[in-house]
Amino acid sequence: MTVGVKLEAPTVSGPAEGSERSDFWPYLARKVGAALVSFFMLLVVGFVIFSLMPADPVSALTRGRPTSEAQMTHLRHELGLDQPLWERFLTFVGHTVTGNLGYSYEYHQPVSTLIADRLWPTLLLMGTSTLISIWLGMWLGIRAGWRAGSTLDRSASAVSLALWSVPTFWLGLILLVVFGSGTVAGIPAIFPAGGMETHGTAGGLNPQHILDVGWHLVLPCLTLVAVIFAQYVTIMRSSIIDERGNPYLMTARAKGLRDEVVRRRHAVPNALLPTVTVIFLQIGAMIGGAITVEVVYSWPGLGYLTFTALRIPDLQLLEGTFIIFSAAVIVCNLIADLLYRALDPRVRRQ
Amino acid sequence: MTTTPTPPPDLRAADGVPIEEKAPSRWVPVGRFTMSVLRMPSGFVGVLVLVMFIGLAVLAPLFIHPSDLSVTQASGPLLAPPQKGYPLGTDQAGRSVLDLVIWGSRTSLAIGILATFGTMLLGAGIGLVAGHYEGRPGRFLMHVTDWFIALPSLPLAIALAAVIGQGATSITIAIVVTSWTATARLVRAQTLAVEARPFVERARALGATDNQLIMRQILPNVMPLILVSSTLTVAGAILAEATLTFLGLGDPTSVSWGSMLNNAFMQGAVTAGAWWYLIPPGVAILVIVLGFTLVGRAVEHVLNARVQAR
Repeated sequence: MTVGVKLEAPTVSGPAEGSERSDFWPYLARKVGAALVSFFMLLVVGFVIFSLMPADPVSALTRGRPTSEAQMTHLRHELGLDQPLWERFLTFVGHTVTGNLGYSYEYHQPVSTLIADRLWPTLLLMGTSTLISIWLGMWLGIRAGWRAGSTLDRSASAVSLALWSVPTFWLGLILLVVFGSGTVAGIPAIFPAGGMETHGTAGGLNPQHILDVGWHLVLPCLTLVAVIFAQYVTIMRSSIIDERGNPYLMTARAKGLRDEVVRRRHAVPNALLPTVTVIFLQIGAMIGGAITVEVVYSWPGLGYLTFTALRIPDLQLLEGTFIIFSAAVIVCNLIADLLYRALDPRVRRQ
Repeated sequence: MTTTPTPPPDLRAADGVPIEEKAPSRWVPVGRFTMSVLRMPSGFVGVLVLVMFIGLAVLAPLFIHPSDLSVTQASGPLLAPPQKGYPLGTDQAGRSVLDLVIWGSRTSLAIGILATFGTMLLGAGIGLVAGHYEGRPGRFLMHVTDWFIALPSLPLAIALAAVIGQGATSITIAIVVTSWTATARLVRAQTLAVEARPFVERARALGATDNQLIMRQILPNVMPLILVSSTLTVAGAILAEATLTFLGLGDPTSVSWGSMLNNAFMQGAVTAGAWWYLIPPGVAILVIVLGFTLVGRAVEHVLNARVQAR
């Protein structure tokens, strides 16, 4: 989803004031409808990739295990592979919509259970990294944009460009070998080498466990922040630069306000609008980063689950994670659309 | 997202970089253009980096013997730090990391460029058709593009590569399928801008067919934009190739930067603290991606300046 799409204004006419509220429901319905169409398309793509493209899913499932022809036929029947295509598609849609994402023959568990178990670690990692990136990105972006061309601005741009060019997983490997292995240049292993908690500790919400998880979170979070915060710097910077030329800022200055107050109280609130929605549009890129970071740090989330499924390969499980990741993106795009309208009255009036 | 028939306002993106003039001779402006890109510091550095890397990749067979890269025939010490004869140390099989990095550039560059070529073909094709045939077919194609943009690219690439099977082909296909959308949108926006210009109307009035219009009138004017976007796409494709190969989707027998890092990770270079095995492939990726990005930006800048000068 590009940034341009969210700017798409609803084509509503009529007087600005009274119609605003009544326009909301058609707008909501249209956006939700579009999201549902996207979800349907996702199901089609998922079906094509995982049900049509593999030559024989059953032989892929039973790879490496002695299976008799009768067992194969039985499995084919059990998976519904002997039915016509459209019936298989309908079954697939019905199962997915009701939360049945198939059965992982590797883990001997339903895919949805596996995904539910791994969801929280991923949300914890992505949520923490997003919050830190937003804070850091805005802090830098506002200052870089306000004084465009200054040393701070130029170094922020250079750092953003360099970090964009770094493969996420490699940055993770380097941080891991420097701070997690205890073997390089005499730096002790300050942080654990992977996982989410020290083996053998009690779980739950006691402070010790929370600290332990936080300690394990530092390096993965740092890696993810390094790669994604640059996006927020760039957006915030250009957004501030767009605002800078506006007459209302001159008015604010003419009132005798200090430069810092003009920036903080007048320019930033307006410049925040595009950034807020971009946070939700970034989710697709975030997921890509999270997958590789989880692999490097053996973080027990959805990305690591995808990686283990990939090595086997367990297609049912891969299909499940693919659908969950994509559905998350569709939902976040919908939130971005709605939030933009809620935050910016100009979109409503057009 | 998909309901409004009007073109989305990412037309703005194209406003910056439109239309090259129709030149009397096609080679004179190309030379002048190259010179103005080289005159920019970022363009010069970028081109220098790319020339060096591509030169090394092409000449690699002259000074690296296949037996140096064979796991069974390598003669060096195992996973040893930099030393005499092995300026960047050795890997777990005793191969020189320097040789591996140089050889790896061949795979990474080849897949990056091949995938970009596919991306341009598919993306520009769909963009041109969607822009030229306004109305229902064009709108439908743009809806398809929007749906694809909504899919997260790494999970989609993983799914595709996993189903097709390990190897360079599946990685290339996965990269093309996940990156054509940006090109399609850009090219469509530019096509719409070119379509509105008088010379297209003139050609149409003279009885040009759709095919002639697209190939003779529109494509030459969209081409500069396609070239700019392709240098940036190569950068993204090389990153994607490294990531997918690192995750184990690449050809296990070939040497590439991603597969080196995959080997290092899987064979315990991290716990062994073998920084000499981890740093070189990553720095190589970083430098070449930076090189393509710098060139792309410089080209974009020069094109912009020309448009503004007119």
